[in-house]
Amino acid sequence: MPKIEIAWCFALEKGDLRLYFVREPRGGNVKIKITVNGTDTQGDVEPRTLLVNYVREHLGLTATNIGCDTSSCGACTVHLNGESVKSCTILAVQADGTSVTTVEGLATNGVMHPMQEAFMQNHGLQCGYCTPGMVMAAISLLNENANPTEQEVRIGLEGNLCRCTGYHNIVQSVLACAGKK
Amino acid sequence: MIPAPFDYKRASSAAEAISLISEYGEDAKFLAGGHSLLPLMKLRLASPAVLIDIARITDLSYIKDAGDHIAIGALTRHHDVEYSSVLKEHVPLLAHAAGFVGDPQIRHRGTIGGSIAHADPASDLPATTLALGATYVVQGPNGTREIAASNFYKGFLESDLAADEMLTEIRIPKMNGAGWSFQKFNRRAQDWAIVGVAAWRRGSESGVALVNMDNTPVLATSVSAALASGGSIADASQKAATEAHPSGDNNATAEYRTHLAKVLVRRALETASA
Repeated sequence: MPKIEIAWCFALEKGDLRLYFVREPRGGNVKIKITVNGTDTQGDVEPRTLLVNYVREHLGLTATNIGCDTSSCGACTVHLNGESVKSCTILAVQADGTSVTTVEGLATNGVMHPMQEAFMQNHGLQCGYCTPGMVMAAISLLNENANPTEQEVRIGLEGNLCRCTGYHNIVQSVLACAGKK
Repeated sequence: MIPAPFDYKRASSAAEAISLISEYGEDAKFLAGGHSLLPLMKLRLASPAVLIDIARITDLSYIKDAGDHIAIGALTRHHDVEYSSVLKEHVPLLAHAAGFVGDPQIRHRGTIGGSIAHADPASDLPATTLALGATYVVQGPNGTREIAASNFYKGFLESDLAADEMLTEIRIPKMNGAGWSFQKFNRRAQDWAIVGVAAWRRGSESGVALVNMDNTPVLATSVSAALASGGSIADASQKAATEAHPSGDNNATAEYRTHLAKVLVRRALETASA
């Protein structure tokens, strides 16, 4: 059985003062191994640690941003075994044994990935906050559909929000990377 | 936002998962893709004491032609349903609808079984499998049983699944050339449907189900009955909300949802009949 501690608190609910008992599990940490950007990493994490927190806080790879934190905006998009995922909605323990790529892992020997280059050449960013997630989502998109139409790019990036609303140049960047511009 | 603390267990087989859930009882939840459960846990709307990770039970991820139906393992991801050549051939409505779940990142993680077991009336696949006359196979400590989709959904996020049962397979009858349509009305591409409609039609037979029109997905049997008795699409679609009890929220009033259901059922039937 899990080790359970009983905690309690008072709370006001609809005008009534109520006493709540909260059963709070105190499970142990879990040891995980995740290959991040080609490097084997090991962690000893609380089960509730999110993958994005593991990457940012345990590994210090802070390019991956937390935006909405509710799996809507896509700022936290990384690749898990080569596919785009939202790292704010995956537990680090779920990623145990997998290979994760963040935007820091794209460049080789100081040469940017073609998608990064395309974003730079086409001014595919304004404030830049959504950009790491956009780039990772866009690479995954082209991995699945190497020759997308503009409409397919727009639908393929439906999971990534740019609050500068700079979608036009982002779409142009992806099309340029696909050799369509 | 970090979820409340919990214990983490990993199951390598359905039997082990059921043994674990039997041990920990109602304080435990299964974790598949986690794309319904983890958002609830981050918002502290759910705080299970134990998570049993079933995502590594790889033998529950499959799409098989089983003669008169297609058998889909509960842990098959939306992405794999969307791109399955078997489903595109035999159950194209389901493959198409799976492509409307969330966004590509979510479809890389979320599973069809998780979506159905979560029983969210606003989700696309519970209603779609309901329209298609699916049967769900669930496994418990005492073996397996089959539940018709039409008997599965009991209330908001409530299903016929017992606390110690796990959904293992979804069986969908082949569509055998039926016309079909999936209509999803929302404001942003990745959102849940404000109202959605999954429909198929083959001669006098049809199946129509509604997304987000009640606290469960709704089988619009009055629409199918009207079509079967020779009614026009225009007349049948006026019966769209007969079985539904929609409520209002920030996106739409109940009256507007009823209007949308009629319009979307008409569009779906026109497409399915073309």
